[in-house]
Amino acid sequence: MNSNPGDAMRMSPAPAIRLEGVGRTFGVNAALRGISLEIASGEIVSLVGHSGCGKSTLLRIIAGVETVDTGSVFLAGQVVDGSSRFVEPERRGVGFVFQDYALFPHLSICDNILFGLKSRPRREALATACDIMERVGILHLKDRFPHTLSGGEQQRVALARAIAPKPSVVLLDEPFSNLDQGMRDRVRAEMLSLLRTTGATVVIVTHDSEEALSSGDRVVLMRAGEVAQIGTPRDIYFRPESAYVAEFFCAFNTIPGFWQNGCFETAIGGFALPHAVRRADARRLYVRPQAIRISPNLGEYSGRIEERIFLGACEKVGLRVEGLEELLVAVLDEPLPDSADTVRFSIAPDSLLVF
Amino acid sequence: MRFHSRATGLPAASRTGRSGKAWLLAALLAGLVVVVPVYGLLLEAMKGSAGLWAHLFSTILPVALVDTLILLAGVGCLVALIGTTTAWMVTAYDFPGRRLLEWALLLPLAVPTYIIAYAYLDILHPIGSVQGAIRWVLGYESPRQFRLPDIRSMTGCIVLFGFVLYPYVYIPTRAMFLTQSGNLVDAARTLGVSRRAIFWHVALPMARPAVAIGVALALMETLNDVGAAEFLGVRTMTVSIYTTWITRTDLPGAAQIALALLLIVVALVGLERRARRRQRYMTDARRSRKFLATRVAPLRGMLFFAVGIMPVLLGFVAPFLYLADEAWKRYQFAGLSPRIQDEAVNTIVIATVATVVTMLLGFVVAYAARIRPGIQSTVILRLSVMGYAAPGTVVAIGVLIVLAGFDRFIDQAALDWFGVSTGLLFMGSGAAIIYALTVRFMAISAGGVEVGLSRISLSLDHASRTLGQSSAGTFRHVHLPLSKTALSAAALLVFVDCVKELPATLLLRPLNVETFATHLYGEAARGTYEEASIAALAIVAVSVLPVILLSRVGRNQARSLDEASPR
Repeated sequence: MNSNPGDAMRMSPAPAIRLEGVGRTFGVNAALRGISLEIASGEIVSLVGHSGCGKSTLLRIIAGVETVDTGSVFLAGQVVDGSSRFVEPERRGVGFVFQDYALFPHLSICDNILFGLKSRPRREALATACDIMERVGILHLKDRFPHTLSGGEQQRVALARAIAPKPSVVLLDEPFSNLDQGMRDRVRAEMLSLLRTTGATVVIVTHDSEEALSSGDRVVLMRAGEVAQIGTPRDIYFRPESAYVAEFFCAFNTIPGFWQNGCFETAIGGFALPHAVRRADARRLYVRPQAIRISPNLGEYSGRIEERIFLGACEKVGLRVEGLEELLVAVLDEPLPDSADTVRFSIAPDSLLVF
Repeated sequence: MRFHSRATGLPAASRTGRSGKAWLLAALLAGLVVVVPVYGLLLEAMKGSAGLWAHLFSTILPVALVDTLILLAGVGCLVALIGTTTAWMVTAYDFPGRRLLEWALLLPLAVPTYIIAYAYLDILHPIGSVQGAIRWVLGYESPRQFRLPDIRSMTGCIVLFGFVLYPYVYIPTRAMFLTQSGNLVDAARTLGVSRRAIFWHVALPMARPAVAIGVALALMETLNDVGAAEFLGVRTMTVSIYTTWITRTDLPGAAQIALALLLIVVALVGLERRARRRQRYMTDARRSRKFLATRVAPLRGMLFFAVGIMPVLLGFVAPFLYLADEAWKRYQFAGLSPRIQDEAVNTIVIATVATVVTMLLGFVVAYAARIRPGIQSTVILRLSVMGYAAPGTVVAIGVLIVLAGFDRFIDQAALDWFGVSTGLLFMGSGAAIIYALTVRFMAISAGGVEVGLSRISLSLDHASRTLGQSSAGTFRHVHLPLSKTALSAAALLVFVDCVKELPATLLLRPLNVETFATHLYGEAARGTYEEASIAALAIVAVSVLPVILLSRVGRNQARSLDEASPR
C-alpha cells in the first residue's frame, strides 16, 4: 500500500473528519446535541459510551447513511453534510464495518469484496481483492458464502471489504462485539495493526471501556448525545474531568467528605490531594480499588473482610470500615490467607480523585 | 387467498440523502389510486336522497343484514371449530398419515366459494348420483319418499363455506401451536396439568389471537363472495349490491349498501388488527421449542386420520373429482370450444396485466417505506393495503363511480374540443377490472415486497452505499437478488387471486368479455351445466399453485424449528 489517499491527506492541513455542532433528533429524542470534534488524518479514535448515547448515530452521520438536523460534517475540509449540501454516502470514500458485518448473503466472499471495486477494471479489481484477502488471511475462503463462515471469519471479510476500495476514512461500529472474549482480543490486535498500515483515519465505536482505551490514539466518551471528554487513553483514565467519566472507566469507591484547611476530610481521615485534582465544590473522594493495599499488620486503616470474590488473576475483597456506609472494594493481585478476617490497609495517595 | 404475513414494524428511521423524496411522492400517487374509489363511494352514497336511505333501511337491509350476520356467525363458528381441531390434531398427536394431513388440510383453499357451491349443487342434486345411492342403500325409490335437506339454504351455505374457508384458521393456529407451545406445554406439565387438559388450559387460550385472525380473514372472504350465496339462495348484502346495480341500475343505492357492508368489514379489520397485536405480544418469547407430538395407539390413530381427512375430502377431493369427471366428459363430447379458449385468453391477459400493475404499485409503496421510513410512508402503506379487506363488489362499485365519472368528463371534453365522442374509454376497455383488481390485491404485493425487504438488514443498504453504489445500484445488486423469491411468491398469489376473482370482474367487465369465473357464474346462475366444469377445473388447478407454495413455507418453518431446538 504505497499510494493511498490517507498518505496524501496527511500533507493537507485540514483534519480528516471535522464535526461542527452536529445535532440529530429522532421524534422527540435528541440523539445528538451539538457535537464538535476534529480527527486528524491517520488517527485512530475510539468513540465510547453507554448504549443510546448517540455514538452509532454519529458514526452513521459521518458515513452519510444518516443525516444531520443541525451543524455540518466536513471530510478532508469539504462539507459533506450541512444545511446547503449533502454528499451521498457512495461519493464520500468512507469504509464502514457494521456490527452485524452486513455481508451480502447472495454473494461469495470474493464477490462481497469486489462489490466496492465495481468501478475499476475487472482484472485490477480482482488483483486488489486477492491482495486484500491474502493480507487479512481469508484467501482460502474466497469462494465460500457468508453463512458458512464463523463469526471471526465474517469479521475479517467485513473489514477486508471495507478497506478494499482504499477509503481514507474507515468507520467501525462495534466490530468486535459479536466475537467471544478469547477471540476478540486477538482479532482486534490484528485488525488494528492492519488498519494502521493502510494509513486511513479510523473511528471505532464501542461500549466496552477497556476496548476503547486499548484501541484508540484518542478516546471520545459520549453521554446522552454530548461529548463528555476527549483525550488520550491515559489522560481520560487518570485525569477524568467529571465523575461520570471517572466512573465509566473504573469502578471507584466513593467516600463522602469536604474540604477543610486544604485537606479533604472524610470519616476515615483527611487526605492531602495533588493540586491538579483539587476541586472546590467536591463532595466525594474517589478511590480506585487498586489503590487499596492490604497487608496483615501494616497500614493506617483497619477493616473487616465481609466479601471475597475470587477472579483468578486477582481477588476482589469487600471491606467493612468503621464510619463508612458502604463496603470499600479492593482488588488484590496477591491472594490473602483464607483465615484473614480483620486486616489493616493503606490507600495510595497518588491516584485519588475528588468530585 | 388472504395469506401474506405483514412485517410487524419498520426499521429504525434513517433518511438516506434526498433521493427519498421522489419515492415518497410516487408512493403517495400509488396510494391515492387505492383511496379514490372509497372516496367515490362515499360521495355517491351521499348523493342518494334521504328517501333512498329510508327505502334501504325498510326493504333491503333488514333481510340482507340479518342473513349476512347469520351467515357470518355460522361460518365463523364452523371455521373456528374445524380449523382449531385439525390444527391441534396434527400438532399434538402423531399418527399414520399425519404428514400427509399437514399439507392436505390446506387444499380446500384452492376451491373458491362459488366453485364449491357450483359443484355441490350438482353432486347433491336430488336426482343426482349421491342422493340416488343413499336412496338405493336405504331402499327408497323416488326423491319424493326420501331426500337430503336442500343444500340451497342458509345451513347449506354455512357448511359449504366452512369446508373451504377453515384453512384460514388452520394455518395461523397451527403455526402458533408449532412455534409457541413447546416450552409452555412442558411448563404446564411440570405444574401438574395432564396432557389432555393442556388443550383447554394452555394451547387454546394461547391460540386465541391466531384463531381470531383466521376467523376474521375467513369472514372477509365470506363477505366477498357473491356467487355461492346467490346460487344457494342466500340473499346477503353482497348479493344485494350486485342486484341493485345490475338489475335496477341504481348506483346510489348500490353505493349505500356497499357503505353499510364496509362498516362490517371495518369491524372485522379491527378484530384482526387487535388479534395481531396480541399475537405479537404472545410470540415475543425468544427461544421456542418445537412441540413434540405424542404417538397414539393404532386404532385411535386411524380414527384421528379419518376425522382429519374429512374436511379435505369434502372441501377439495370431492369437488375436484367431480369437476375433473364432468370436464372430461364435456371434453370428450365437444372438445375445447373456441369460447372456452377465448375465455382462457381473457382470463390470462386480465390476470397478467393486473398482476404487473399491482406488483409495480405495491412495490413503489413498500419500497418508499424502506427508502424513506417515517410516518408519511407508513400511513401511505397502510392506506394502500386497505382494499384487501373490502369485498370485491364494494371495490367494484367504487371503481365504477370513479371511472364512469372520468369517462363522462373525457367524453364531454372531447366533444367540446374536438367534436368527437370517446364513449366509455375506461369502462369499455377493461381498464376498470384492472383498476379494481389492483385496489383489491395491492395488499398482497405491497405486503410481499415489504416482507421480502424486511428480511434484508438495513445495514446491507448502508454497506452497499458506502461501497460506492447509488440507491438504484443498491436496488439492483442487493435488494432485487435478495427479495426475488418473496417478490415472485407475491406475484403468484396476486395472479391466482386475479384468476379466481369473481365479483369485481363480473361487475366491471366490458360487454361480451367473459373469463373463466364469469362463465362459471353465468352457467350456474342459469342452472345449465355445460362447459362450466372445464372453467372451474382450470381455476382450481391454478389455485393449487399457491397452496403448494404455502405448504412449503410451513414445512420450512417446522424444519427451522427442528434445527433450532436443542438436541
